[in-house]
Amino acid sequence: MTRHLAVDVRGLRKSYGDHPVLDGVDLAVPAGTVTALLGPNGAGKTTTVGILSTLLRADAGTVRVAGHDVAEDPVAVRAAIGVTGQLSAVDDLLTGAENLRLMAALHHLGRREGRERADALLARFGLTEAARKPVSTWSGGMRRKLDLAMTLVGSPAVVFLDEPTTGLDPRSRRTLWDEVRALVAAGTTILLTTQYLEEADQLADQVVVLDGGRVVAAGTPADLKSTHDAGSLDDVFLRLTAPTTTEVA
Amino acid sequence: MTTLAPTAPGTPATGGRPLADTLTMFRRNLLRAVRYPGLTGFTVAIPVGLLLLFVFVFGGAFGAGVAPGVAPGADGRAAYLDYITPAILLFAVVGAAQSVAITAAMDATSGIMARFKTMAISPGSVLGGPVLGTVVQGLLAVALVLGVAVALGFRPAAGVLGWLALLGLLAGATFAFTWLCVALGLSAPSVETASNTPLLLTVLPFFGSGFVPVDTMPTAVRWFAEYQPFTPIIETTRGLLAGTALDTATTVQAVAWCAVVAVAGYAWSRALYRRERR
Repeated sequence: MTRHLAVDVRGLRKSYGDHPVLDGVDLAVPAGTVTALLGPNGAGKTTTVGILSTLLRADAGTVRVAGHDVAEDPVAVRAAIGVTGQLSAVDDLLTGAENLRLMAALHHLGRREGRERADALLARFGLTEAARKPVSTWSGGMRRKLDLAMTLVGSPAVVFLDEPTTGLDPRSRRTLWDEVRALVAAGTTILLTTQYLEEADQLADQVVVLDGGRVVAAGTPADLKSTHDAGSLDDVFLRLTAPTTTEVA
Repeated sequence: MTTLAPTAPGTPATGGRPLADTLTMFRRNLLRAVRYPGLTGFTVAIPVGLLLLFVFVFGGAFGAGVAPGVAPGADGRAAYLDYITPAILLFAVVGAAQSVAITAAMDATSGIMARFKTMAISPGSVLGGPVLGTVVQGLLAVALVLGVAVALGFRPAAGVLGWLALLGLLAGATFAFTWLCVALGLSAPSVETASNTPLLLTVLPFFGSGFVPVDTMPTAVRWFAEYQPFTPIIETTRGLLAGTALDTATTVQAVAWCAVVAVAGYAWSRALYRRERR
C-alpha cells in the first residue's frame, strides 16, 4: 500500500557522467507530514528534489509522488505539487500581485478568483503594501516569501522546498517556519532540504540524512539524537557525514 | 480498436490548456516589454538610427551609386531612402527577435522557467507565448520604422494585396528569427552571452542587397550575399513596397528561408527546453 505515502522513493539512482549523485536512495514521506532532507553540499538533496518535481530524470529506481509515478505520469505529479527551488523563481519585471495573478491564470482560475487568491496570499505573507511595486525593488526576504506564495497559488497537496530559508534573516526565517507549520496543519505534505540543523529540528516529523548520494540515517529528530547519543542534530550531522565535501549541486 | 484512456475534464494528457496557457504567456511577454522599455525601445531606436545615419550622412553620395543618373545631394538622399527602407524594416524584425534571446535567457537562468516546468501547464506555451508576443512587437516596430521612413519622404506604392503579402512576409520572417533567437537565448550560459550571440543577425543584412546592389561586390562576397537568407527577403520586401512584379525565384527563396529558419529554430528551442538543466 502506498496510498498514505505522499512521496515514495525506492532505489533511486542518478549519475552525471561517471559521477554518481544518488546511489540507491529510499525515501518515504507520509501524507500530511514534514520531512527534512539534511546533508552537506553535494549530498544529492537538490538532485532528489529535481527528480521528485519532474525536472530531472532518474537513471534507476521508482519514484511516486501523490500516488503517481514521475516517469509514467509527470503531468499528474505536476498537478499535485508545488516547488520552491534554490534559484529565485519570480518575475523581476512584474509586481508581486502580477506574479501571483500569473500563477492563478496558469492554474486556470477565473479572473476574479485569481485576484482574490492573489490578494489573500499577499495578505498572508505580509506583502500587501509592496504588492504593486516591481519585485526587482523588493528585499531578499520578501522575494523568498513571494516565491513560496506563488508555489501555493494552486493549493498543492505536496510541497517541495529546496533550502527555503538560505540567506534569510532570523525574522524572515521564522515567518517561513510558521507558514510551513500552517500548511502542514491544513494537511499539506512537505519535503524540505536544509543545511540548518535547527530548521530540521524545529519543523520536521522525520529527518533523512543524505551523504554521498546515500541515506545514512533516518528518523525523528529525537530518535536520531538518542540513537547517536548526541545532544543536538549538529552532532548527529557531523558524526554521520563524511568530512570531505564535493561541490556538485 | 483503439480505446482512449479517460482523462479528467480540462486536464489533457499533455497537461494544461495550450490556448489559454499560450495567451497567458503572451500577456506576460507584452507586460514585460512595457516594464522593460529600455530593451523594447532599443528594437525601434536601432533601425531608426540606422535609417537617419544612412540617409542623412551617407545617402547623398550613396544614392547616386544605387540609382543610375541620380545627382549626389538631395536627390541622392531621396533615392537612397527608397533603396534602403526595405533593409531597415528587416532590422526592426531582427531587433525584436534579439530581444527574445535576452528574455528567454533571463527566464532560463533564473528559476522561473524551472517553475513553469514543474507546473501542469502546456509546455509549448512557455516558449510559444513569448514568440507570439515578439512577433506582435516586431510588427509594431516595423510599422513605426516605416512611419519614420514615410515622414522622411519614402512613398510606398503597394496595393492592398501587396500590403497583405508584406505583412505576411514580415510576420513570417519575425516568427522564424524569433524562434532562432529563443534557441540562442536558451543555449546561452548567461544573459550577457544571450545579448551578444544574436548580434550576428544584425550584421548579416549588410552582407546582402540591403544597402548596395550585390553586383558591386567582389565575387566571394557577392556569392555569399546572393545566397544568404536576408537578400531574398529584402528583395521581396522591396518589390512588395514598390508595387512592382515580384521575381518568382526570389520570392520562393524568401519564403523557403523563413520556413527553414522557423522549423530549425523551433526544433532547436524545443530540444533545449527539454534538456535537463542542472
